[in-house]
Amino acid sequence: MATTETMTLNMGPQHPSTHGVLRLVLELDGEVVVKVTPHIGYLHRGIEKLSEHRTYHQILPLTDRLDYLAPMSNNLGYILAVEKLMAVEVPERAETIRIIMAELTRLESHLVWIACHALDIGAMTVFIYAFRERETVMEIYELISGARMTSNFFRVGGLSQDVPDEFVKKVSDFIDVMPGYLDQYEGLLTTNPIWLKRTVGNGVISAEDAIDIGLTGPALRGSGVDWDLRRDNPYSGYDKYQFKVPVGENCDTFDRYKVRLVEMREACKIVRQGLDKLKPGPVLADCPQVCYPPKESVYNSIEGLIHHFKIASEGFAAPEGEVYQGIEAPKGELGFYIVSDGGNKPERLRIRPPSFVNLQAIEQMSVGAMIADLVAVIGTLDIVLGEIDR
Amino acid sequence: MGVDNPLGDNVITTSLDLLVNWSRKSSIWPMTFGLACCAIEMMATGASHNDLDRFGIIFRASPRQSDCIIIAGTVTKKMLPVIMTVYEQMPEPKWVIAMGACACSGGIFDTYSVVQGIDEALPVDVYIPGCPPRPEALLFGLLKLQDKIMKERNSFGSAIGLGERYIPEAA
Repeated sequence: MATTETMTLNMGPQHPSTHGVLRLVLELDGEVVVKVTPHIGYLHRGIEKLSEHRTYHQILPLTDRLDYLAPMSNNLGYILAVEKLMAVEVPERAETIRIIMAELTRLESHLVWIACHALDIGAMTVFIYAFRERETVMEIYELISGARMTSNFFRVGGLSQDVPDEFVKKVSDFIDVMPGYLDQYEGLLTTNPIWLKRTVGNGVISAEDAIDIGLTGPALRGSGVDWDLRRDNPYSGYDKYQFKVPVGENCDTFDRYKVRLVEMREACKIVRQGLDKLKPGPVLADCPQVCYPPKESVYNSIEGLIHHFKIASEGFAAPEGEVYQGIEAPKGELGFYIVSDGGNKPERLRIRPPSFVNLQAIEQMSVGAMIADLVAVIGTLDIVLGEIDR
Repeated sequence: MGVDNPLGDNVITTSLDLLVNWSRKSSIWPMTFGLACCAIEMMATGASHNDLDRFGIIFRASPRQSDCIIIAGTVTKKMLPVIMTVYEQMPEPKWVIAMGACACSGGIFDTYSVVQGIDEALPVDVYIPGCPPRPEALLFGLLKLQDKIMKERNSFGSAIGLGERYIPEAA
């Protein structure tokens, strides 16, 4: 009887479809994947260690650069953890703007996902379309924070500043047209025979396995598990919003694609509800020990200047203890675990990134498939190396 | 009267160096080599809104087909040997763009694992500051690289094995 030998092949870290600097060591039998071993750490920047030497306010810009496709979600997760530690109440307007921005971020992250996923599988047009819409989200980012990607907009206790007047119109215009664009993507992909051949039945993972591995986000919901932290463990006032949580049935790449598309439509609805709820009011909590003073008082009074100087240079001392805050980031559960020893810096900051945990499923999803299907699996997991390596 | 011009405007006279420089600058093929956040802005520059193709800039997935490497993101000590290998695989002439604060100087990541600027290892032609730089900034950087390529001398000679390519100091 003829026997075959397996071959070891290195994929990455320089590879156009590894979504950054992921390196996979593959064991192949012909073109069939026998074993996948991910090697990570090529983007390890030491964010967790760096955080131990920063005050609580200074850590915020670092979180922008974790999952750089969803900066505002990272900001939100970290800020909520610090607010839990400090027991700060956030004004309603700030909470609403946070949710609007978090959902726009979900749209942006999923837009880049669909662009890259489709490009990996061979559909170039979707990439061009999705980046066109992403540009509008980036303009909204720029409008409110001055930066396109690394916004650093939230603050402990609220926001860094109120949004400008044209914000509401710009966001409203965008979510009016966005469902039409989503129809365009669906028109290009959902019934496309090539897309169906590449995604249906690819990367199957059962609900039990998904839970065992600890998958979260669309990767979990694609396997039919109805779990969304926004609904099941509400934070930042999500309990006041009505939205559907889409769930897949066949546990494959196509179902995860459908789940994410419905999530984008639901994100538009949440943003609309947020805009309707938006009332004038303060955007920063009245909590001088923790929050920055308003700019008018910094510029016009010596007390304000001193206050600003104190918060900016020393920060604030957090009570001793530990907190964990998980949020439903676009890619899954993003958790921040802070241990405080009573100082103005965290003693330890642990980040639970969704991509890191989701990447574990790659072996189960791709063994027995062709090497080209592995590329589709990497795309469907929607990993970002920034938060895997931290 | 000077030189007769019997062929009218149908002939362009130039030097071989300029012709070679012009063709090189009009077809910069960078590597698709995203490292971190800047890679997303690099993709955005290549996508619909900014469209790099109009400058003849087309991303290539193989170092053997490219003549420019955009270091788009944080370079870690684990990643540096890989970047060096990729750079060495690129054929001459080749240019390096350091995109973003991390590639220029290490940026905000002054830690044990991060290389404090890619210029510790590679000869950088253009530095683009920003965290991450806007697509317009990357475009500007690429145009600066085009200017730099146009200033090169002996481009033709070096291509046929006569001497080295160089950029005049006072150019």
